[in-house]
Amino acid sequence: MIKAWFKSGSPWIWMTAGAVSINLLLVVGLLLLIAVRGLGHFWPADIVEYQYQDKQGKQTQIIGEQVAESLLAEAQAVAAGHEVLNGAEYLLQFLVKTGNRDILGSDFRWIQDQYILARSEPDDLITVERREWGNFYGRLVAVKQNGTVIAEGEQAWTVAQDQLSKALELFKQIDHLQNKEVGAINYSLERLRLKQRALELKNQWDDTKRREFAEQKVAYEKEYAAIQEQLAKLNKEIKCCSLVVKEAGGREITIPMNRVVKLTRPNAMSVFDKSIEYVSNFISFISDNPREANTEGGIFPAIFGTILMVMLMAVVVTPFGVIAAVYMREYAKQGFVTRIIRIAVNNLAGVPSIVYGVFGLGFFVYIIGGSIDRLFFPEAAPAPVFGTPGLLWASLTLALMTLPVVIVATEEGLSRIPKSIREGSLALGATKAETLWRTVLPMASPAIMTGLILAVARAAGEVAPLMLVGVVKLAPTLPLDGNFPYLHLDRKFMHLGFHIYDVGFQSPNVEAARPLVYATSLLLVMVIVGLNMFAIAIRNNLREKFRALEN
Amino acid sequence: MAESQSTPVKSTLLQLSSNDAYQRWRLVKDKLVAQAVTLGGLGIIFAIVLIFFYLLYVVFPLLLSAHAESVSSYSAPAPELGKTVFLSMEEQNEIGVRFTDQGKAIFFAVADGKVNRVENLPIPESTQITSYTHGGVDKGIIAYGLSDGRVLVVKHDYKLSYPDGKRLITPAISFPLGAEPLVVDSQGQALTKIAVKQGDKNSSFLAKTADNRLILSSLTKKESMFDDQVSLERTDAVVELPADNVDFMLLDKELRNLYLASRSGDLTVLDITTKSEPVVKHKLNIMSQGVQISSMEFLNGDISVLVGDDSGTMAQWAIVRDKENRFSMQQLRSFKVSNAPLITINPEQRRKGMLVADANGEIGIYNSTAAREAIKEKVADGKPVAVTLSPRANAMLLQMENGVIQNWKIENEHPEISWTSLWQKVWYESYPEPAYIWQSSAASNDFEPKMSLTPLVFGTLKASFYAMLVAIPLALFGAIYTGYFMAPEIRQYVKPGIEIMGALPTVILGFLAGLWLAPFVEMHLTGIFTLLMIVPLGAMIFAFFWQHAPKEIRNRIPEGWDAIVLIPVVVLSSWLALEISPLIEAVCFNGDLRTWMRTEFGMGYDQRNTLVVGLAMGFAVIPMVFSIAEDAIFSVPKHLTTGSLALGATPWQTLSKVVILTASPGIFSAVMIGLGRAVGETMIVLMATGNTPVMDPSIFQGLRTLSANIAVEMPESEVNSTHYRVLFLAALVLFMFTFIVNSLAELVRQNLRQKYSSL
Repeated sequence: MIKAWFKSGSPWIWMTAGAVSINLLLVVGLLLLIAVRGLGHFWPADIVEYQYQDKQGKQTQIIGEQVAESLLAEAQAVAAGHEVLNGAEYLLQFLVKTGNRDILGSDFRWIQDQYILARSEPDDLITVERREWGNFYGRLVAVKQNGTVIAEGEQAWTVAQDQLSKALELFKQIDHLQNKEVGAINYSLERLRLKQRALELKNQWDDTKRREFAEQKVAYEKEYAAIQEQLAKLNKEIKCCSLVVKEAGGREITIPMNRVVKLTRPNAMSVFDKSIEYVSNFISFISDNPREANTEGGIFPAIFGTILMVMLMAVVVTPFGVIAAVYMREYAKQGFVTRIIRIAVNNLAGVPSIVYGVFGLGFFVYIIGGSIDRLFFPEAAPAPVFGTPGLLWASLTLALMTLPVVIVATEEGLSRIPKSIREGSLALGATKAETLWRTVLPMASPAIMTGLILAVARAAGEVAPLMLVGVVKLAPTLPLDGNFPYLHLDRKFMHLGFHIYDVGFQSPNVEAARPLVYATSLLLVMVIVGLNMFAIAIRNNLREKFRALEN
Repeated sequence: MAESQSTPVKSTLLQLSSNDAYQRWRLVKDKLVAQAVTLGGLGIIFAIVLIFFYLLYVVFPLLLSAHAESVSSYSAPAPELGKTVFLSMEEQNEIGVRFTDQGKAIFFAVADGKVNRVENLPIPESTQITSYTHGGVDKGIIAYGLSDGRVLVVKHDYKLSYPDGKRLITPAISFPLGAEPLVVDSQGQALTKIAVKQGDKNSSFLAKTADNRLILSSLTKKESMFDDQVSLERTDAVVELPADNVDFMLLDKELRNLYLASRSGDLTVLDITTKSEPVVKHKLNIMSQGVQISSMEFLNGDISVLVGDDSGTMAQWAIVRDKENRFSMQQLRSFKVSNAPLITINPEQRRKGMLVADANGEIGIYNSTAAREAIKEKVADGKPVAVTLSPRANAMLLQMENGVIQNWKIENEHPEISWTSLWQKVWYESYPEPAYIWQSSAASNDFEPKMSLTPLVFGTLKASFYAMLVAIPLALFGAIYTGYFMAPEIRQYVKPGIEIMGALPTVILGFLAGLWLAPFVEMHLTGIFTLLMIVPLGAMIFAFFWQHAPKEIRNRIPEGWDAIVLIPVVVLSSWLALEISPLIEAVCFNGDLRTWMRTEFGMGYDQRNTLVVGLAMGFAVIPMVFSIAEDAIFSVPKHLTTGSLALGATPWQTLSKVVILTASPGIFSAVMIGLGRAVGETMIVLMATGNTPVMDPSIFQGLRTLSANIAVEMPESEVNSTHYRVLFLAALVLFMFTFIVNSLAELVRQNLRQKYSSL
């Protein structure tokens, strides 16, 4: 029976069906994995207090979030160098985020289930999100103001929250002054210096200019001094308060209020409270600047950089892609030339992205950028302006890379427009250009849109070439700001995809950064899958429409 | 949309046609647009050609051969001050110096030989100069051995200053060990041969005296604990070897090894780590019968010794440690320079190259790593007395017997690159045997760059191979089912669903592979292999029972829904595979597969290995291969399949004999394009492997691909350096590979399209 069944070939058909099932499971599984891990990042996790007795019999307390567990078979555990008690078959281990890196040396610790004596989740445990040294876990003891205790015990919590919101407000002001105002003055001073240098190079630097520049400089310096004074006042104010907290080992430490970002008691929160907290965490994730070598805080500059780069790229890639597609469909004679162009398009699509990066770095940055610098910015030498990787070159490189995406999509759109429509237009006396502009292109616009969206999705996820042509792990300033000329095409920028690579693989504290990488990945995946689905929807819609036209 | 096309008509066509200027303008516009569009369309070809030629343009200088040209020649400056014993020049090739046998240093302009400055070295009046040597060409140290057993160490130095914005180079002479000659032989015998190395802390001298003793004296700078006083501690030793036939002496700069050689080829290597007790390590004859050593010099870095002989061959010898940790002196390579004795060898100061001159006035410039002759030139008829290369190795000075100094310009930008050094095994210094190594840069100046692209190409192909191994069955089987059997109502969701996978950024796949999959595979290694067997088996068993199940049950699921029915089966059998894997591991592999592999086969396990890359990159390639192959299968004309079925073939027969055969060019091009993608993929391999450029066929070891190598090293490479150009070469190799693969795939696809249109 089995032999006959095999001979009929149906097992092989089932195997092919199995391949489809595996593919589908892989897609769904991958998306689920990212979604679960990424979404979990924002949920305020409960803090657990363990009574722990280690191998030597020393009893300690451990406070932290349980982030992962691992189950090792006995032999594997022994091979890894662990001791398995009581002849158990498995060794259960938990990874606990204990925080307090300043005290313990690292954020994470593996503990073994077999040594845990007791665990509890008391309400009074707090999480302090700090600007440095990661999270603190422990208990709140008191709040101090100028060195004297102003609240203790139960009261301390509410007072601490009040003081914190004040401190955060002050911090915002300080941050604004430091980055925006002082940054603007520095930028103006630098421009002044460059102008002076330019005049010197042209031999137009004379006494009147000198006086004029000196005056401006004095004005800026005065402004700067005023800001400094204000800053000193604010800094004094923000430093007055501090939290006294107790860590798991019982030691009391003082955390100045200006170092605190957030203070929560997750164990005391209801599900509703946690949901609100969840949303606020998500918002601050996408709107804050990163902290601590990108391993904490938000990813706003990366989102901003990605969007800006992709927009610039779209501006460049659309006209070229559309023109090329129009040529292939409407103008070129189908034959040798179109075959060559098709091969060229396919090769453009198939060239590894890193090769585009190499090309962009060598051609755009060093050759074109270097020439621009020599011609237009001699005053900045030896510092490069455009002769160094930056936003403009990244956009151009990606535009070249995504060109085939736009071409292919547009061409498909053009091929679906019935011939009768073009012929009708021509018969009415319109020239070919007019037909193109008034009938063909408007009808193909959804297809162009599709191509553009796909190109944007591709560019948003591409990292390899960007590593060479302008992405950095931490850009001090955004490429778009309030200083003339507002859009700084020469600046380096941050990018979501590179952020994932950098934080996941090059940060000093990979374990702590991992949830953040998952969250960033989730955001990127959502954007890209969303864009793709949108493009597919437009395309399907378009196909339906033209099918109706043809009939 | 249809409404938007109606253009507002201002006047009738007839009226418009009478308006000549407007008509002309319309036609001009039409022409202009046609031209612009044509230009834009051809721009695509231009773009791809530009990329290719730009890459080639950067790589090209690697292929250029070096050349030397004579700039000027003049008679040696101040000939009355003695014969030249040593020539040298500084960094900018502006000032040269000649040290004479009368103890004078004459600085002169390199361009025309005009004397710039003459220094009288403090040679005591009662003594004569009996020997001289240099203490490393890059250090600028010259030493004179005197007739009373003393040594004078001199250093020539150049200071740069910019008075009035112009460069001015001022030469100077200094005495690093004091202006008073140091006593080496306490018996006061004349020193007939000396060798010197002077370092920051330690200095050593080796001297051969007139009565054939070899004296090694070493000085160590000691800084006092209490004040800044520096005192020199001195150790003397007598090398207990017959010195009468020692003709060449070399001390390495680490002051570890001492090389002594006689003209007849007897080479003795001594370990002088303990300065008071030199120990003989190696003793051998390095010359064949009848050939004599005519010159001996260190290669930059003082690890290899270059030996020139009177038959015109230069050989590179070095101490090599073999796999059993034994040391021996080995010849790494040799160069046939000419047929005359090689009288001087001059190492380059920053690369592993050298300038060799023979007794007939023929010179050659070689590079040891590339085993390549860069320049061969007959410079004169006589014998050169002294030869020097500039520190940047872009100029040389030669003094001939007749007192004429020749000044040559050398262009030799990338001597370390040759076909051998890029693609073949090279015997690098300090390596036990010739090997393929990629190690492009290190901190020190005398590092030997190892730029073999072979391990990178190997890594690229290895990663792609495993990726294709994962992707091809899943993608092609999936495409066959989706394109031929699947019900259209699920196909319209399944196809874009799998295609969306291809849109996922590879950085995310790489990150998951590195941080999630790699530890997972490490933990469940047996599970992964069990999975490979159990899942297909499970699907088969289920299919068997399903087909022989009662009709009522079977009919509940419409035809073409098998893939959906199989999903729970796949999930269940995967779970089963992971569950029983510890059991299998316990029974077959003593409980831990990795330990078992290590003890049984000595196979190591890297956490980020080829298996992980294969899985992750396979996943990335699946959608592309699936999509193209599915298109090909789906577009097989329906009348072919229905015809086959009508003639009585089973669906499987129709599939294997008609559909796959017809679609095979499309399937081929799908695989090709997938391969192109796998070869060029960067982020996944960058993140999921350890990026170690090893050539190990094991699936549990890491690798480094061409693309990842570019991503890692390009940002740090100096523009237009050899390293930079080699990285461009790597990019060019990638480009060429994908170009061939993609063009082939596209041609096949175009042919297929034509065939279908005729069907």
